[in-house]
Amino acid sequence: MREIHYDDIVQKVADMCIEANYDLGEDVYNAFKAALKTEKSETGKEVLAQLIENADIATELRVPMCQDTGTVVCIVELGQECQIVGGSLYDAINDGIRKGYGKGYLRNSIIRNPIDRKNTNDNTPGIVHIELVEGNQVKIKMTAKGGGAENMSDLKMLKPSDGLEGIKKYILDVVRVAGPNACPPLIVGIGIGGNFERCAYLAKKSLFRHVGKRHPDPAVAKLETELMDDINRLGIGPQGMGGTTTALDIKIEVEACHIAALPVAVNLNCHASRHKEAIL
Amino acid sequence: MPIFLQVPFQKKDIQGLTAGERVLLSGTVYTARDAAHKRMDDQLIEGKPFPFDIEGQVIYYVGPTPAKPGQVIGSAGPTTSGRMDKYTPKLLDLGLGGMIGKGYRSEEVKQSIVKNRAIYFGAIGGSAALIARSIKAVEMIAYEDLGTEAIRKLTIENFPVIVINDVHGNDLYREGVEKYRQI
Repeated sequence: MREIHYDDIVQKVADMCIEANYDLGEDVYNAFKAALKTEKSETGKEVLAQLIENADIATELRVPMCQDTGTVVCIVELGQECQIVGGSLYDAINDGIRKGYGKGYLRNSIIRNPIDRKNTNDNTPGIVHIELVEGNQVKIKMTAKGGGAENMSDLKMLKPSDGLEGIKKYILDVVRVAGPNACPPLIVGIGIGGNFERCAYLAKKSLFRHVGKRHPDPAVAKLETELMDDINRLGIGPQGMGGTTTALDIKIEVEACHIAALPVAVNLNCHASRHKEAIL
Repeated sequence: MPIFLQVPFQKKDIQGLTAGERVLLSGTVYTARDAAHKRMDDQLIEGKPFPFDIEGQVIYYVGPTPAKPGQVIGSAGPTTSGRMDKYTPKLLDLGLGGMIGKGYRSEEVKQSIVKNRAIYFGAIGGSAALIARSIKAVEMIAYEDLGTEAIRKLTIENFPVIVINDVHGNDLYREGVEKYRQI
């Protein structure tokens, strides 16, 4: 068994929290630049130019690109031949969040429960999903997920007879209803299949794939391309003020499901798509 | 070319503004989001005084990040305005001149904007580091215990916004999208 120390996890998570919030990923940054060339609306172009400038300022001044520094969501690919020593994996991740959000002057946006709504003042707890995998490494994929786009996300148990057309219609409806609230241009994460809770997880997981990278299955990749085209014809545009860039990308993950089921989940990501990963 | 506007303003100063126009705001605005709105509303119901003179003022829906040493304020972009819709018509009736945020307003808020000759500005969501540069001073006004959600008075200079809902009932979110919608 390979040993992985608690403190190393804390440090990696803390670093990722800060970097994710200060440095916009190159994939998203390049997508802004590409959209600036194709966007038809003058207002839309101005919005995109402002977002590029904002990302530059955040990197240069070492400050968060967005004031909503998000809920930390981690997907941990835990190698079954390694052992965490010095404490629990969950505690290590939360300690890392606490450290990163304090040191990085990031906003604490988590409340201890939705009834009394008292802030925990250290942005913990994060949401941690663990996937057991082969090998002796731990891969931690994290995102700082903003509240505005998360609020406009949705899940529906469609009927199998709704088919591909039903899936497309539902996804377009969610994006249309979200409009400016989800802070477009969006990255649209889709889960199809699984069951009720698994489908939502697939949608979240899909958002970890780099912007511009298609699904390896050609049939899924084709659906992504078609939906991307449709979403950008909705007219919502940057910040919902009208335009041709409503989404920077769309990601779909599919999984087996029951013969009676067609679950579809849409997890919207604002343009401040903050994803990092580390391997220990 | 952007329009320059001083805040707070008199109602007559904003009657000529139209949805879609770019405006640079200078002067002072008050921050308030979910928790502060709830508390202001509770206090109004209890008949307690309002935390600031609301006449002609602009409320900015924001919960900034903590300021780093040497900074006036942390990153400070707009939050989704719709969560404040429940409280907004009452504040507009009390004399609030306008709001800065992002995202849809309810029909009730839009009607109240027209009725009260007020205005709703959109700031660019997620451009919080850029917006912070136009905030020159911060003063704590009320509800300090709410942390990022406290009411602060911001001194701003050339703060960039776009008119979303104007006094004539125009709505950029509706009209802008109609112009580019192909399906």
